[in-house]
Amino acid sequence: MSIDNTGEARRQLGICNACRYCEGFCSVFPSLQQLRQFSNADITQLANLCHNCRACHYSCQYAAPHEFKVNIPVALADVRVDSWKRLARPRVVASAFQRHGVLIAALLVITLMLFISLLGGQSPETGSGFYQYLSHTTMVLIFTPAFLLPLVLIADAVRRYWREVGGEAISTSHLRGAFNQAASLKNLSGGQGQGCNFEKQDHYSNARRYWHQATVAGFLLCFASTSTATLLHYLWNLPAPYPWYSLPKLLGVPGGILLTLGCSALAVLKLKADRTLGATGVWGAEMAFVLLLGLTGLTGLVLYAITGTSWVSTALALHLACVFSLFLLLPYSKMVHGFFRLTALIRHEQTRTTDDG
Amino acid sequence: MTNTDWQVIVVGGGNAGLCAAIEAAEQGKRVLLLESAPKEYRGGNSRHTRNFRCMHNAPLAKLTDSYLEDEYLQDLLAVTKGKTDPELARMTIQRSEDCLPWMEAHGVRFQPSLTGTLSLSRTNAFFLGGGKALVNAYYQTLEKLGVTVQYNATVQHLHLSESSHRVESIDVEIAGVTTRLNGKCFVLASGGFQSDLDWLARAWGPAAKNFLVRGTAYNRGVVLKNMIEQGATTVGDPTQCHAVAIDGRAPQFDGGIVTRLDCVPFSVVLNKHGERFYDEGEDVWPKRYAIWGRLVAAQPDQVAYSIIDNQAMTLFMPSVYPPVSANSLEELAEKLGLPVEKTISTIEHYNQACQDGQFHSTTLDGLSTRGVHPAKSNWARPLSKPPFHGYMLKPGVTFTYLGLKVDGSAKVQNAHGNFANVWAAGEIMAGSILGQGYLAGFGMTIGTVFGRIAGREAAKHVN
Ligand SMILES: Cc1cc2nc3c(=O)[nH]c(=O)nc-3n(C[C@H](O)[C@H](O)[C@H](O)COP(=O)(O)OP(=O)(O)OC[C@H]3O[C@@H](n4cnc5c(N)ncnc54)[C@H](O)[C@@H]3O)c2cc1C
Ligand code: SF4
Ligand code: SF4
Repeated sequence: MSIDNTGEARRQLGICNACRYCEGFCSVFPSLQQLRQFSNADITQLANLCHNCRACHYSCQYAAPHEFKVNIPVALADVRVDSWKRLARPRVVASAFQRHGVLIAALLVITLMLFISLLGGQSPETGSGFYQYLSHTTMVLIFTPAFLLPLVLIADAVRRYWREVGGEAISTSHLRGAFNQAASLKNLSGGQGQGCNFEKQDHYSNARRYWHQATVAGFLLCFASTSTATLLHYLWNLPAPYPWYSLPKLLGVPGGILLTLGCSALAVLKLKADRTLGATGVWGAEMAFVLLLGLTGLTGLVLYAITGTSWVSTALALHLACVFSLFLLLPYSKMVHGFFRLTALIRHEQTRTTDDG
Repeated sequence: MTNTDWQVIVVGGGNAGLCAAIEAAEQGKRVLLLESAPKEYRGGNSRHTRNFRCMHNAPLAKLTDSYLEDEYLQDLLAVTKGKTDPELARMTIQRSEDCLPWMEAHGVRFQPSLTGTLSLSRTNAFFLGGGKALVNAYYQTLEKLGVTVQYNATVQHLHLSESSHRVESIDVEIAGVTTRLNGKCFVLASGGFQSDLDWLARAWGPAAKNFLVRGTAYNRGVVLKNMIEQGATTVGDPTQCHAVAIDGRAPQFDGGIVTRLDCVPFSVVLNKHGERFYDEGEDVWPKRYAIWGRLVAAQPDQVAYSIIDNQAMTLFMPSVYPPVSANSLEELAEKLGLPVEKTISTIEHYNQACQDGQFHSTTLDGLSTRGVHPAKSNWARPLSKPPFHGYMLKPGVTFTYLGLKVDGSAKVQNAHGNFANVWAAGEIMAGSILGQGYLAGFGMTIGTVFGRIAGREAAKHVN
């Protein structure tokens, strides 16, 4: 744990607790105001609750050049990224990928080469559809561990988080509350639906909120598409390729479009926003991750569009490399914020005394 | 800054000036707003506010129940002890009601009364994000309306016509260069003079040099002084300021709300000689906090020390600086730089004077001392549970009372009636209505009501 970042957040949260003007923006303030002293665990929880909407910064009477130098979005973002690095295993890997976009790009290139050579080594006559290029067995052999291992690692990190913040038995109402907040992105709404202050400084805007929702919806649709395809394959013995009216396609195509557009928009917003108001030193890695996620959606769409042409092998390699890298990076990239955020929201449901939902 | 023929020049970019500029621009006038502070510090004291007091006949936005004209006026009369202009006061109160929807229409958002301020939920409408969010919203509105805003622009002098009847131009200093600007109408909204400590010391006495200023460093009364020198009629006691006791470690300027200390009623307050000097538990804190600035100002070196034991630690709103703490009173006195022996004997005397009884932090519990002077009338519990904590108190000035006298159309008065083309709004004229004391949220009400009037009247005059 970085004492500096936690200590700095503690100093600033103390000022907010004496001020309270930002109470109506998000869940962080009502939550911090229940406390008089902030333990390290409290600060970790508040940091993961913060959505970096920046409303409290642009409204802050104590922002620099004031000598109190309050900047809650940065203070909490730094603690948040620290917590992801600290709670992940192995820490060195998390630390490297959370900070360096280049490494994300490198991983993509390496996996791409791997898939190109794999695809080249297969004899195309032995299957149909994509399995002409890479046998289903090989695909399962590669992707099952690449999918399961990161999930196990994330579960482990989240469990550690839960223990640290003193999480209690979870009820359905906790889950309902947390999922509602996550789905509506209540904490990017500015408290009243006017939106956040991400890309337009002190003007409110819902762009980030809505594009983030599109991205999540796209991701979930793509995930559902892959899952239904797996079920069709095993339960009904219906292997790919699937026609356009099949479930995998009906879910996957809109999913891919949403994911691609969503990530592109988020990347553009990120370019417009003030870079100094996010976590220190991770802008590049965050950007690389958004692009990787968007590329995953895009390559999936391309793959469908070029069915039957000679480009399939290349496009397939690229798409598989994206999916593979994305999964491997789940515990070690910005993607992990979703898991921690949801956990923090559940914990918030357990402790909140006011109706800030 | 080019010398365009400005139709309305607004001096000061706090709440009052912003409201005036918006109204004038909405009448289609060419408006220039001059703000002394750099952009980051724009908005004067208004950026430190949290609410405004609003009359309403039925629940309105986040305001509960109703708050009628007469009750509002009674509340005002109770604090001003008659030092008010009843007609202006009544008009301000009446107009506060339609300020709220006007503010919303110009981008201000409201939130329910903040945690710990439930007592204000009926009377005061709280700004979401506080005064700086309000100020931001108004500057955005100005941008949309095409108003020219110049930061770092301090108005130094107003040039009167030969008849001394109207202002023809002003001298404004921008980054060290003084420019003369012509205008048809002028709205003065540049606040009080509390940030000019020399002036404060001349008015109050040398002790004022030790005062802290709770708000902006830019309200130095330059325009106020200039207008008074040129014959403007004044209101309000020129020697007085509103001061509360704040944490002595607060910055000289702009400490704002977080430096307040609400621990006094649960504490023993000593001066630097280790003596008590006033009944700490005279009344509930919201009714007493405003007298403590004055009380501390009257003590040697304008400092005092509020001392509590650990059981009082959670009874008041947290403040920005942690207390000085120690496991014994001796150690605490030493750490605070108080004379140890005297401090101990004062506290022992006080402790012995405490009586058995029911302690109740939120009501007047009548738990008082017997046989000690001054007495403590409520919440008198012995300091006995270590660790002990101490806070240094200093007077923190909120605003000054001296102002320009205006009439109901916000026009600035002089011996012959008024200046033909000069209006004033906000703190610079608040003494007309608030001659003494303070009513929470009334500063922003005066600024909004008179800012809007001034802007509209000025626009009318241009035609
Ligand atoms: C800490 C604190 C908290 C407060 N809380 C509340 C509250 O919750 N509710 C409430 O109603 N009131 C509150 N008040 C009082 C309130 O701030 C004032 O009544 C109100 O802000 C006055 O508005 P104004 O526009 O007249 O002055 P200001 O907002 O102070 O604006 C004056 C502006 O004029 C500029 N200026 C000064 N001199 C010149 C010059 N020569 N040339 C150009 N520009 C100049 C300054 O830079 C400043 O921006 C509070 C005050 C303080 C200090
Ligand atoms: S961010 Fe600034 S204005 Fe908001 S509660 Fe904290 S200190 Fe107050
Ligand atoms: S969610 Fe927004 S308002 Fe809340 S703490 Fe984070 S940046 Fe500030």
